[in-house]
Amino acid sequence: MSKRLSPDAQHRISLVLNGRAAHGRAEPRMLLSDFLRHVLGATGTHVGCEHGVCGACTVRVDGLAVRSCLMLAVQAEGRCVDTVEGLAGEDGTLGALQLAFRHHHALQCGFCTAGILMSLADWLTRTPKPDERALREMLSGHLCRCTGYTGIVRAALAAAAEISGRKTAEEAPHV
Amino acid sequence: MNTADRTAEAGRLIGRAIERLEDAALLSGRGRYADDLPVPPGTLHAAVLRSSHAHAELVAIDTAAALALPGVVAVLTREDVKRWTRPFTVGVKQPMEHWCLAVDRVRYVGEPIAVVLAEDRYRAEDVLERIDVQYRPLPAAIDTRTAAAGGAPLLHPAVGANVVSDRSFRYGDPDGAFAAAEHRVALAIDYPRNSCTPIECFVVVAEWNPAEGSYEVMANFQGPMTIHPVMALALNVPSNRLRLKTPPDSGGSFGVKQALAPYIVLMAAAARLAGRPVKWTEDRLEHLVAANSATNRVTRIEAAVRRDGIVTALDWDQIEDCGAYLRAPEPATLYRMHGNMTGAYDIRHVSIRNRVVLTNKAPTGLNRGFGGPQVYFALERLMQRIAAELGLDPLEVIRRNLVPSDAFPYRTAPGALLDSGDYQRALDQAAAAGGLAELKRRRDAARAAGKLYGIGYAAVVEPSISNMGYITTVLTAAERQKAGPKNGAQSTATVAIDPLGAVSVIVASLPQGQGHRTVLAQVVAEVFGLQPRDIRVTTEFDTVRDAWSIAAGNYSSRFAGAVAGTAHLAAVALRDKLARIAAARLNVAVEDVRFADGKVHAAGNPDNSLSFGRVAGASHWAPGTLGEGAEAALRETVFWTPSVLDAPNEADEINSSATYGFIFDFCGVEIDRDTGQARIDKYVTMHDAGRLLNPALVDGQVRGGFSNGVGAAFFEQLVYDVDGTFRSGTFADYLVPTACEVPEPVILHMETPSPVTPLGAKGVGEGNCMSTPVCLANAVADALGVADVNLPMTPAKLAELMAIDDPPPRPPSSTR
Repeated sequence: MSKRLSPDAQHRISLVLNGRAAHGRAEPRMLLSDFLRHVLGATGTHVGCEHGVCGACTVRVDGLAVRSCLMLAVQAEGRCVDTVEGLAGEDGTLGALQLAFRHHHALQCGFCTAGILMSLADWLTRTPKPDERALREMLSGHLCRCTGYTGIVRAALAAAAEISGRKTAEEAPHV
Repeated sequence: MNTADRTAEAGRLIGRAIERLEDAALLSGRGRYADDLPVPPGTLHAAVLRSSHAHAELVAIDTAAALALPGVVAVLTREDVKRWTRPFTVGVKQPMEHWCLAVDRVRYVGEPIAVVLAEDRYRAEDVLERIDVQYRPLPAAIDTRTAAAGGAPLLHPAVGANVVSDRSFRYGDPDGAFAAAEHRVALAIDYPRNSCTPIECFVVVAEWNPAEGSYEVMANFQGPMTIHPVMALALNVPSNRLRLKTPPDSGGSFGVKQALAPYIVLMAAAARLAGRPVKWTEDRLEHLVAANSATNRVTRIEAAVRRDGIVTALDWDQIEDCGAYLRAPEPATLYRMHGNMTGAYDIRHVSIRNRVVLTNKAPTGLNRGFGGPQVYFALERLMQRIAAELGLDPLEVIRRNLVPSDAFPYRTAPGALLDSGDYQRALDQAAAAGGLAELKRRRDAARAAGKLYGIGYAAVVEPSISNMGYITTVLTAAERQKAGPKNGAQSTATVAIDPLGAVSVIVASLPQGQGHRTVLAQVVAEVFGLQPRDIRVTTEFDTVRDAWSIAAGNYSSRFAGAVAGTAHLAAVALRDKLARIAAARLNVAVEDVRFADGKVHAAGNPDNSLSFGRVAGASHWAPGTLGEGAEAALRETVFWTPSVLDAPNEADEINSSATYGFIFDFCGVEIDRDTGQARIDKYVTMHDAGRLLNPALVDGQVRGGFSNGVGAAFFEQLVYDVDGTFRSGTFADYLVPTACEVPEPVILHMETPSPVTPLGAKGVGEGNCMSTPVCLANAVADALGVADVNLPMTPAKLAELMAIDDPPPRPPSSTR
């Protein structure tokens, strides 16, 4: 993209949000987090520090977990953005990771949770059988003040086991 | 038959670890937090200009350049707030003023000076730097001791000192006990400033309605609602002209969101200036510099001790640093623990001197543990020092001094009524189930291998459900008499039945993520023989429509004991009315009506039954058919206040809380000889929180409090330079623990139900913020064999205690 953007103008941004086309207008300086929340109305992504430490605003851009407070909305032009709103099924059915979070009491206020879920959704695809140490390393990019992390660690390990177990079962007939 | 037993035979829900009803929404991005809610058309966005000086006179504020910029609608300054607001009410009588904006001086870095109102937030922030503020800098008072000793510049010259309250208390005969003491053991503590920093910051949306002369505010405020009158008085409107609403979900608080109060007043004034609704969302930098902080406290504590380790008297000297202004409810941090200043111990002679000092730091307020961390750090460090100085086992010193298990209810010397407990049994169970003997072997093995390893203990009484009168202990008995007595802790809950017989619960508990809706659904469903999912619980709060009193809110760990108990009372009252209605229809005596599995049936004859909905809807559809002696069962609102909460008496004795849980913690900590890095090897925490309503949520509270305690112990400090410059302004500077630093504690429980609360429950949310920092510090002290350990125990600080020198330069390596 070599297009020059005018600083005071609103630019049209088109992206794919949770599998559906979405459009909005933003000045070049608008953060992706603000664009998602206040322009597209996807308020499930939360803002906790806006300086890239707390991880609450984490979303997936083309599959990779990124902090949406450290990215401009215009940088998301043409990309696929996934947020917490897309984790459940169309009818609201919770996925394995979400169910594990509920079962292991991995959230209290729920404010940091969306970012943690999005990081895990990315990381677990690349690390299907994590050990606890590696998991805690990854989670150290997220601040949670309510849970002490125990429930989050248990939920993530349980979800990873369930997801990889399911995959193994699905793949077994082909082996 | 006791009416409370009407559902005894049905499946119990209270006490079960059911999954939370809140979670499905929160896990799928459907939470409704303050910043998510729609705002009225035309809402302006606010940005706050803050002081860059710790202490300075405000000579001039020029907003002309700012107002000329596109998108800027108005700038609120001191002239506006002087016209429409008044200084906040303060808990001590001193000639000092705190306005919602700095008026004559700024007194801390980050103090609000002006508010820019613009069409969007980005523009509002742009404009801040175009406001020209002329300061005349003044020297700052930062060090707490210096300020208390009168050696610092005055913050509020009319007061004539920076000490704004100085009270001394005596219970029993401390002088006699100290004169007769075989040993005296003393310790000095500097407890640092820290904050639990919820991940969601403050949000306020305010409107002014000139036709009614009223303000309407939505804010993620957490109570206590004692602050509502303070805000209404500051806005100079009758309290029914300040409507305050809270959102359905909150992104955490830990007490911190009490400190929204000045911003609610500030944004209300801003909305009045603009004639349009105003929204302000605090950012993290603002939050760290100015939102709220626990008090830092300088404590000197001394014990009169027998040679067997029995403490006969305590002498406390506490200097509480509340920052630049004494903001309501301060100096409550200093007095919340007043009744239990003897901790878990049977100590009859106590003297206390409490001073409140103001310095050029951000004002303090509620923060999880609220006064407990400061008190127990001193008290439990002292118990460890007594053991060290007398050559006794530290656990034995704790044990010998505990309140005897047959002494409950036990009245402490300063006036707390410890309602129930068995502290000795808690120690025994914790030691056995937590593996203390094994931990000692680990320590011995580590030490034999040349490692620095220590074991720490802490015994803590965890108060909950604050007495609204405890803060008045800061006043003399004569001053209290003049002001009128304050006491009690009114809680309220409403249970309602709609025409199809569906049950709703409304409470003024302002939850901040703890799962109140789940627990209330459990409690009320059990009463009616329904399932938790059948109950709709509403916790968003509205001062105009809801039942509430000053004690309402989310603080002092009051939910389980007070709010859930009150909801139970309301549900039982409604159910007993339903029983009368059902008795006529089932043709049985009222005593024989049972509620189970969504049905109302005759005792011993489940086939003689009606659906719950049919009975419950009857008062709407056919109030004329309810039968003789039956009242309509539509809606019950119950107010409940603990009977044990009296105002402080002439002797300054105060039962500062309604109920008191118990915690006993022990841990093993190893310290790296080369780096000074401490590692928690094992942590065991035993809780007696009375009857547990949902054990999973209780464990969640324990883990969260433990995590906050680990942060306070090793990482967290809001740091000020000597000139008042703030040094902890980002999450890269104010370090909070991550998943790598918080181990999983071993959590143990026992239950001695409270005789004071309706369900026998006690608070549990704050205890580990009180017990964990000092338990870890005691382990560090044990490992290093040192007396003076202050928080946070960073590697640099521990290296200093270990007298680690920088490694000598390596000799030049010889070439081969």
